[in-house]
Amino acid sequence: MSAIITASRLIQRRREGRVVAILAAVLLAIVVLSLAVGAYSLSIPDLVRTLLGGGAGNENFIVLKLRLPRVSLAVLAGVAFAVSGALFQTVLRNPLASPDIIGVTGGASAAAVFSMLILGLGGVATSVSAFLGALIVAAAIYVLAWRGGVAGYRFVLIGVGIAFMVQGFVSYLLSRADLRNAQEALVWLVGSVSGARWQDITVVAVFLAVLLPAVAVLSGRMRGLQMGDDAASALGIRVERARLALLVLAVALAAVATAAVGPLAFIAFVSAPIARRVVGTGGLALLPAALVGAIITTGADFVAQHLLPGDLQLPAGIVTGAIGAPYLLWLLATANRNGKGA
Amino acid sequence: MLALSTVAARPRTRRLVGGMLAAALLLFVAIALSLAVGTRDVSLGVVVDAIFAPDLTITDHTVVRDLRVPRTVIGLLAGLALGISGALMQGITRNPLADPGLLGVNAGASLFVLVGIAFFGVTAASGYVWFAFLGAAIATVVVYAIGSLGREGATAVKLALAGTALTAAFTSLITIVLLSDGDAFDRYRFWSAGSLVARGLDAALPLLPFVITGVILAVVAGRMLNALALGDDLARGLGQNLVTARVLCAVAVVMLCGTATAIAGPIVFVGLAVPHVARWFTGPDYRWIIAFSALLGPTLLVAADVIGRVVAKPGEIEAGLVVAFLGAPVLIALVRRVKLAGL
Repeated sequence: MSAIITASRLIQRRREGRVVAILAAVLLAIVVLSLAVGAYSLSIPDLVRTLLGGGAGNENFIVLKLRLPRVSLAVLAGVAFAVSGALFQTVLRNPLASPDIIGVTGGASAAAVFSMLILGLGGVATSVSAFLGALIVAAAIYVLAWRGGVAGYRFVLIGVGIAFMVQGFVSYLLSRADLRNAQEALVWLVGSVSGARWQDITVVAVFLAVLLPAVAVLSGRMRGLQMGDDAASALGIRVERARLALLVLAVALAAVATAAVGPLAFIAFVSAPIARRVVGTGGLALLPAALVGAIITTGADFVAQHLLPGDLQLPAGIVTGAIGAPYLLWLLATANRNGKGA
Repeated sequence: MLALSTVAARPRTRRLVGGMLAAALLLFVAIALSLAVGTRDVSLGVVVDAIFAPDLTITDHTVVRDLRVPRTVIGLLAGLALGISGALMQGITRNPLADPGLLGVNAGASLFVLVGIAFFGVTAASGYVWFAFLGAAIATVVVYAIGSLGREGATAVKLALAGTALTAAFTSLITIVLLSDGDAFDRYRFWSAGSLVARGLDAALPLLPFVITGVILAVVAGRMLNALALGDDLARGLGQNLVTARVLCAVAVVMLCGTATAIAGPIVFVGLAVPHVARWFTGPDYRWIIAFSALLGPTLLVAADVIGRVVAKPGEIEAGLVVAFLGAPVLIALVRRVKLAGL
């Protein structure tokens, strides 16, 4: 019996390994494409030479100063959103419970739009407001959902209630503001990785370097929580403590990503369901989800840059929903097993 | 055992009927306030006169007839439609988060209204209506079609995921149009706030047959949803045809959500919260949940509209925003206080 289980686990692990390799190859291809193609295109050998520090002046400028920061930020933000979404969906045991739907990203948006339209701030202040907004809203949801424990059901419903409030607040601010300012706020609300600077990237990278290992450490407990509170506590997991720790990690990931690139739509929501359906073993599939998130973000930024002819560049957030969602819809339409990845 | 359960059932029914009467009274109060209260306060006697013996030379009478009655009727229709369709969606997806805003219906309607504004130059409210209706219908059909493909047919999880994924795709398209067309953004931001004023009765009344059809279908679907709540396998075992139930609900949702979004904009929250409040009174029986939602939905929306008129005098805040601002704390308080019945 245990031999059978071990064997099937081995098969599952092999399958996940294959999927990870394929996803990593796709991500690498998109990254290379984003670095090489544009108004000034490079051949691959030229690109490699430039990356290794042997490029001509203009190549250095275009690749290292313009394109590399942008791609790096897209990869990091995509990973952060995707892992955050996967954590929320697993811990709260609801496939719709991603940070964009239960108000965490919404809190960031409301704080950022408030700082732009009412306080007249911009730049770094917007990012800081967004980060704080996400944390405050998440803390509020947790406190409100606490009643001798945090049931996933209660957390999710209260989160959605808060999400509606902050969305209402954002629409109110947008409809009362001067049209030009409202449009500026709309651009931030769409989310973009253009204008990425190395300082921002370093901040995001440091956060990820702390948060992702912590997620990996706790992933065993997450597998327990996935089976429900009773089963998890029977397995010896301290349910409330584990859930709080995982939610804190998820919120921090969503907050740092939103602060850096704005509320890029739906990456957190689609990445984990896509990854789990592609892997198809019913496991957590965190690494595949992270890769899917990075692929969608970099792919969306590439498409947004080249969607319109000429130099007109669109923000990445404009196509994230249009890229990830149809693929998820296709996977749903062709799936043949119930509840896979739910 | 059987005798015991009938004995237990009788006071429950009495309690439910009592609850219905209380909800109806609440609705009546909301309607009366909506007709009487505003920038210009009108006494209830004058309101009655204005409706039954109108004298168009009296300003109060024209205010009531031309401004207050239309927005009240629109609030009633939209609230009714959203409340019932929220209950249907939560029943069919067995997900407490399902509502027109999450399952793609609002996004579909919004996208089509925006297309109407940006590409067909539609400016009149009566023009928005048909675009919104078409968008809601297409979104529901697509969600249902995608959710039901594959060997399993429509499962609750697939429907919920498909709805939200479609919302994501539509939202992207909406943003593309909004960013590229400043004029369209300007008009869209007011439509999307969800106001009961902007569209007159002329735009709403042609959609009345859709609401009536939707309500009838919902009443028929109530018993089927009770079976579905037990899970697909048990429902099938009880002889419930799952496809019939889902198609029936989908058609009802198109009719109801399409109308609501068409006449009042993409109003959030009513469809989500009302069924939860109703479930608190009724327990898990969907026939009662739908009946309570049909009374609580209009009450919530009309009351929100009145509050929006009062707090910002002499200006107004759109009912859609008030609903979200005031409704959310109520939902949160309920979720905290009560052990909510699961789905």
